[in-house]
Amino acid sequence: MAAKNIMIVGVGGQGTLLTSRILGGLAIAGGYDVKLSEVHGMAQRGGSVVTFVRYGDKVAEPIVEEGQADVIIAFERLEALRYAHFLKKDGALIINDWRIDPMPVVIGAAQYPENIIETLGEEHRVYTVNATEEAKKIGNPRVFNLIVLGVAAQHMDFTKEQWYEVIEKTVPPKTIEINKKAFDVGYHL
Amino acid sequence: MSEKVIMLGNEAIARGAYEAGVKVSAAYPGTPSTEISENLVKYKDSLYCEWSPNEKVATEVAIGASVSGVRAMSCMKHVGFNVAADPTYTVSYMGVNGGLVIVVADDPGLYSSQNEQDTRMVARAAQLPVIEPSDSAEAKEFIKIAFDLSEQFDRPFVYRTTTRLAHSQGLVELNERKEIEDKPYEKNIRKNVMMPGNAKLRHVEIEKRNQELAEAANTLPINRVEMNDTKIGVITSGIPYQYVKEALPEASVLKLGLVNPLPRKLIEDFASKVDTLYVVEELDPVIETQVKSWGIKAIGKEIFTVQGEYSANMIRQAILKEELDISKPAEAPGRPPILCPGCPHRGVYYVLNKLKIHAAGDIGCYTLGAVAPLSVVDTTICMGASISSLHGMEKAKGKEYIKNWVAVIGDSTFLHTGVNSLMNMMYNKATGTVIILDNSTTGMTGHQDHAATGKTLQGDPTYAIDIPALCRAIGVKNVVEVNARDIQAVEKAVKEEIAKDEVSVIITKTPCVLLDKSKKPLYQTHTDKCKKCGMCMKPGCPAMTKNADGTISIDDTMCTGCGLCASLCKFDAIELVKEGDR
Repeated sequence: MAAKNIMIVGVGGQGTLLTSRILGGLAIAGGYDVKLSEVHGMAQRGGSVVTFVRYGDKVAEPIVEEGQADVIIAFERLEALRYAHFLKKDGALIINDWRIDPMPVVIGAAQYPENIIETLGEEHRVYTVNATEEAKKIGNPRVFNLIVLGVAAQHMDFTKEQWYEVIEKTVPPKTIEINKKAFDVGYHL
Repeated sequence: MSEKVIMLGNEAIARGAYEAGVKVSAAYPGTPSTEISENLVKYKDSLYCEWSPNEKVATEVAIGASVSGVRAMSCMKHVGFNVAADPTYTVSYMGVNGGLVIVVADDPGLYSSQNEQDTRMVARAAQLPVIEPSDSAEAKEFIKIAFDLSEQFDRPFVYRTTTRLAHSQGLVELNERKEIEDKPYEKNIRKNVMMPGNAKLRHVEIEKRNQELAEAANTLPINRVEMNDTKIGVITSGIPYQYVKEALPEASVLKLGLVNPLPRKLIEDFASKVDTLYVVEELDPVIETQVKSWGIKAIGKEIFTVQGEYSANMIRQAILKEELDISKPAEAPGRPPILCPGCPHRGVYYVLNKLKIHAAGDIGCYTLGAVAPLSVVDTTICMGASISSLHGMEKAKGKEYIKNWVAVIGDSTFLHTGVNSLMNMMYNKATGTVIILDNSTTGMTGHQDHAATGKTLQGDPTYAIDIPALCRAIGVKNVVEVNARDIQAVEKAVKEEIAKDEVSVIITKTPCVLLDKSKKPLYQTHTDKCKKCGMCMKPGCPAMTKNADGTISIDDTMCTGCGLCASLCKFDAIELVKEGDR
């Protein structure tokens, strides 16, 4: 299989690393070669962060090139906009319909773009979820990323059981149930 | 077959060191090298590892362990290698007893650094061999090879990685640890006492050893020829090798694992078999310059940049001249890193901004106080430079000139090299105010312990250096401790200390908010009471958003309940809605 290219984009501190670990675990369970590339350090402090996940028969580079992503999972609208040009022509863009103002917007030096989802929808296959609100409904706003992942799972080639198995292995033991519940919310949306 | 697991490059380096039989490792945290030690400590039953106060100390610890006869290493980021330069240049003359490896992580693209220096250049200047892996699997195997070669050729080795290797994950096959018998220690002052007469002879000796290694490099398996179509030949190493394989699957490749010294015969032979030879290396033209100096025709930095990271697309465009059908990135406001919601530095910077004070800055999370709206930090150079550069200003312009200046430095950075600069202020009769932003951790690198936290890398309790007492011992009379969250107290302290014609140290001691696991309070705004004055927005908290009507909202998923915004609101429009544990 030619390498599948997944990207997870968001704001430092949103838990992109946990999500990428789950995707990496899935690829291994599927018997694939896999490489992931993450951002640690300064950008984790509220900056724009991107994680690349590639899996297939043989993977050389650990990054996804512009124009080659099969799926982009965006935890925030502006970050979806920033990285959308990495998508393949027929790629899927999963967006958490959530806004976090970057500092230039907070201090009035820049405007937060309007109608991001509509604009991106004109050119790409876009699927949205307000995962932060959905997560609050099930009692824990922090598990929003598993809800987004559940939506993304609808567009990927793994079974629900495979997802469950990896989630169980990856998240802290005490949080397995709430994370699986969150995944279900996204998976059935 | 043994188990295959997915590992971060840095985790694989740690595993490789464990398998190589390393007995001692010392490091100072620095992105992208930090996770090596954090993973090495998993093997604490088999080896000793520590956080040292800086990279020079760490490297000297490793040298001592090597002299005593065990395999040892030190780990650091590229700029840390500068701090370790003094022992490094001289241990190059000494050679090793137990194998010695210095792991240095470069940061092409400056993800978390103040410069983009190329460690291969520094290592070449120190005449040290350099080994470089290209993925997690090699990261683990190459460190074992580095130790073997170090002992075989009596050379300390530099093991170079980059951010993209250190922070990428890939599959790794686990092996057992090889228990290495300690080498006997024999007193040998000609080898280990680097006074002029001995060092002069050692310089001759290491030239010889390096030449032997260069000869052996022609047949080392880590220097590998992958012969394919001969129209294009590429010499490459490290992560760029992966980009080359992705972009040019048909090309012939000479993949170097040992990047200093270079295997001249192997390169000449490879060059003679291909029509056009390219050298693909990130940062400086280290391989290219040497290859060309041997009269070999090659193309490198004529078509590639010396800045940032490469990619397969970049190679397709540069070598194949492919026109890639890529849409342009959308216009989007930038999202630079910022101080976290509830960061104790924010209130201190708010006060400095309000008092129109300039800060000579340092290396850590608090460097982020340079950007708007706080805009307090005027300079950032290297670890410890805040205090000494403030001293330089005072000596240049006099004590009145720095009445609206302070130095700001973190607790870990203060112990790293800042303390030397404070000694200098006292010794050379300086005046000036130093603020130690003590958040009880090494923050930016992801919360590592240090000599004043009371915990070792193993997590064991230990003696904690008393920073106020240390400052007093140096001779500072004015040592003031304040709670960083009490902005009135911070303001009072800054005003009082700056007015003095003496050295003052203000220690704002409040733990990093990310370490605080207690239940957080929550604040919310009453839009009906909000007068839209904007006071609460001045500290630049990312949990706060200005609504279309000018009122303010607080994101309840981000607010940590520090209360800084509420303390600034004169109209009681920001209210505590949920009590926390503090």
